[in-house]
Amino acid sequence: MRELITTLANGQTFLANLPEVVLNIIFISLGAVVLTTVCAVLALVGVYMERKVSAHIQDRVGPMYVGGFHGWLQTAADALKLLLKEDIVPALADKKLHFFAPILVFGATLATFAVLPFGRHYVMSDMNIGILYILAISSLVVIGTILAGWASNNKWSLLGAMRSAAQVVSFEIPASLAILVIIMAVGSMNLGEIVNVQVGGIHKWLIWKFFPFNLLAFIIYFIATLAETNRAPFDLPEAESEIVAGFHTEYSGFKWAAFFLAEYANMFMVGVVGATLFLGGWSSPFGDFMNSGPFQIFWIFAKAFGLIFVQIWIRWTLPRVRVDQLMYTSWKVLTPFAFVAIIGVGFYMIL
Amino acid sequence: MSLFDVIFYLFAAFTLASAALMVVSKNIVHSAVGLLFSFFGVAGIYVLLAADFLAVVQVLVYVGGILILLLFGVMLTQRITSVDMRTGTLQLVPAILAVAGIFVILFRVIRTTSWNIVPEAEAQFIPTAEKIGYLLMTDFLIPFEIVSVLLLAALIGAAFIARKGT
Repeated sequence: MRELITTLANGQTFLANLPEVVLNIIFISLGAVVLTTVCAVLALVGVYMERKVSAHIQDRVGPMYVGGFHGWLQTAADALKLLLKEDIVPALADKKLHFFAPILVFGATLATFAVLPFGRHYVMSDMNIGILYILAISSLVVIGTILAGWASNNKWSLLGAMRSAAQVVSFEIPASLAILVIIMAVGSMNLGEIVNVQVGGIHKWLIWKFFPFNLLAFIIYFIATLAETNRAPFDLPEAESEIVAGFHTEYSGFKWAAFFLAEYANMFMVGVVGATLFLGGWSSPFGDFMNSGPFQIFWIFAKAFGLIFVQIWIRWTLPRVRVDQLMYTSWKVLTPFAFVAIIGVGFYMIL
Repeated sequence: MSLFDVIFYLFAAFTLASAALMVVSKNIVHSAVGLLFSFFGVAGIYVLLAADFLAVVQVLVYVGGILILLLFGVMLTQRITSVDMRTGTLQLVPAILAVAGIFVILFRVIRTTSWNIVPEAEAQFIPTAEKIGYLLMTDFLIPFEIVSVLLLAALIGAAFIARKGT
C-alpha cells in the first residue's frame, strides 16, 4: 500500500501533483471500498458454498435454478430480496441501538480485513502488531451482538446475546493462547513477517514446526474460532430449536443481512488468519512454483476456503453441544492444552 | 494548524462528547455505548501519538474485557436495565470542590512531568511492542509479576465469593 502511493506520487501521472495527504486519503478510501466489496462478495460465495456443501452432505442438490448453472445466482438473488424487504423494528425496541448494533457488528468484521495479507504486496495496512489488532477489533463483534440482543427487547434475543457473549469471551482465551504459540515461534506480531518465515514450500509451514505443539495449537485455534464465529456445534447463540434465532430474532431486511454477511465474513477472516498463522498464508505450497503476485491471492483464498469447507463440514456432521459442555470444552480442555503447547514451544526454543 | 492538530482535536472532541453522553444518558446501556466511543477516541489519540501497542491494548482490555463484563453484569442483574438513573445534580458544592481538586492535581502533574518530547522534524514511527516487552521482562519484572499475582488472587477471590451460596 505504502509502496503503491509512493510509486504513483513519483510517477509522471497527474497524481504526482497532489500532496501526499490527499493521496493517502484517496487510497485509504479506495482500499476501504475494495475491501467492503470483497467482503460482501465473499459472504455471498460463502453462503452459496454452505448451501451446496450441506446439500451434498445430506444427499440433496441444493439450489439449482436461479442463474442457470447449479443455481449460482441464488445467493445474489437472496441478497437483493433482503435489500427490498421491509425493515421491521419492534415497537418497544430501543430504536437507536437496534439500528446501531448491525453496523457495529459488520463494521468491526470489516475493520479486521484491513490487516489481512492477501499477498506480499496485497495488504491494506501492514502494521507491526497486526494479529493483536485483529484480536482487539474482533471483540467489538461481541458488543454489537449484546447490543442487538438487548435493543430488541425480546427474551429470546437477550438469551441469545448473553450466550454469545459468554461463549466468545471464553473461547477468546484458548484462541489467543494458540496465536501466542505462533508469535513465540516467529518472534513477531506482524502478519507479513509470519508469512515470510513460511515461504518456500509446505514443509516450512509453521504447523509442522515444534512438532507436535504447533499442530496442537492449530487444532485449538480451529475449534476456538469455530465457537467464536458461532458456528455449529457451538451455535448456541442462535439455536433455532431453543431460542428462535437468538440475538437476531427481531431483525429483518437489510439489518438481518448485515448480521448474516458479518457471520460469513468472520468465517472467512478466521480462515485467512488460520491459514496465515499455520498454513503458510499466501505462499505457495510448492516452493517457488506458482508463487508470483496473482497466485498469492489464489493460494490464500484456496487455503481460507479450505478451512471454511471444514467448518461447514463440521456444522452438518456434529450435533449442537449443551451450554455446560461448551464451557467445559473451553475452560477444561482447550485452555489447559493451549498452555501445554506454549510451555512445549518454550522448551523447544530454549533447548 | 497542522493536520496533526486537526486530527488531535477531532479525536479529543469525539472522546469528550461520548464521555458526556455516558454521563448524561439516563439509560445504563446507552451509557455503556458512550463509554465504548470514549475508549475508541482515546485509542485514536494513542495511535496519533505513535503508541500503537498501547492503542491496541486499550481496545483489547477496555472494550474487549471491561465493557463486555459491564454489559454482561447489567444484563444479568434483574430489572437494572429498565430503571431510569437519576442524572441531576445533587451535591453541587462538594462536587465542584472534588472536581476542582482533581483538576488541580492533574494539571500540576501534567505541568511538572518532564515529557519525553521529540522535535517534530525528527519524529518518526518506531514500533513500541518490542521495547515494552523487553522492559517488562527486565527493568519492570518485579512489578509485572506482583501485578499478575494480584490478579490471580482477585480471580480466586471472585470465584470464592461467587460459589459461597451453593
